[in-house]
Amino acid sequence: MKPAEPLVTSDYTEPGVSGMVRDWGADKQAFDMPWGKLMMWIFLLSDTFIFSIFLTGYMNVRLSATDTWPPASEIFALTVGGVYLPLLLIAIMTFILITSSGTMAMAVNYAYRGDRRRTVILMIATAVLGASFVGLQAFEWSKLIHDGVRPWGNPWGAAQFGSTFFMITGFHGLHVSAGVIYLAIIARKVARGDYEKKGYAIVEITGLYWHFVDLVWVFIFAFFYLW
Amino acid sequence: MSDTAGEQHPIGIYLKIWLLLFVLSAFSYMVDYFHVQGYLRWTLIITFMLLKAGLIVSIFMHFQWERLALKYTLLLPTLAIMVLIGLMLIEGDYTFATRHAFFDRG
Repeated sequence: MKPAEPLVTSDYTEPGVSGMVRDWGADKQAFDMPWGKLMMWIFLLSDTFIFSIFLTGYMNVRLSATDTWPPASEIFALTVGGVYLPLLLIAIMTFILITSSGTMAMAVNYAYRGDRRRTVILMIATAVLGASFVGLQAFEWSKLIHDGVRPWGNPWGAAQFGSTFFMITGFHGLHVSAGVIYLAIIARKVARGDYEKKGYAIVEITGLYWHFVDLVWVFIFAFFYLW
Repeated sequence: MSDTAGEQHPIGIYLKIWLLLFVLSAFSYMVDYFHVQGYLRWTLIITFMLLKAGLIVSIFMHFQWERLALKYTLLLPTLAIMVLIGLMLIEGDYTFATRHAFFDRG
């Protein structure tokens, strides 16, 4: 026996609020996308909450600290060829991550066009950029630890600086590292042709995760390093 | 259900957004480099941050081409974060004042 036709034809063409009401209320699935993509969005929403809580906690301890807050601009400065450049390392890391987001966006585009070779190359480029970001972060951490920054204190002022720094950048770095592994696995499967039948939504899903990691860095850059 | 329709944008748009993100990042770096201070500093930092975040979410993550059903599912819960930030802002100020009142007797 053939399954019954749905009462409402499942189109997702109606625009605006009435379209939304129809998507939610009609006898069809609410979201016009593969389940994996929806699940990634929901996961990213939960991750948004985690990072927001970290940054809000940071705001709270920084507001309530009676000691002066250490000057991030000077702590993360580098001297290159005798020229003193504040925040240079962080600026380089920011540009690397933005570039990796750009290559990822293009990988998604080429995946939907069915250009496997370019997709794989761009995904590997994204992973390499991500790995170099983690490398620079490891360098930054060891420099700070060498300077005497600990989760319970530092030479320049409020003790809370260390704990929030290690927690927030550490959790973000963990996300980048996981993303590099995720990208490498999916790139390998794309190269093998595993998705020829299933379609290339998986590249977009991986991309969503990667762009989110970049997005979180935008907020960390503004609130932790520039504030 | 196949997601190929509507996903095809010319590569150029990603390069433009990429360039824009570069420029905006350079601007926020300049804020620090030229030691802009006070309310102007915070306004500029937040403006550049929100512009960058908006570009990443709407273009790179294709959010602006999604249907309203998803947009509201993702945006409405973040209002709770705004409430938390507001509460912790008050709480942080209060803790600071309390610390001054009770520990600054020296």
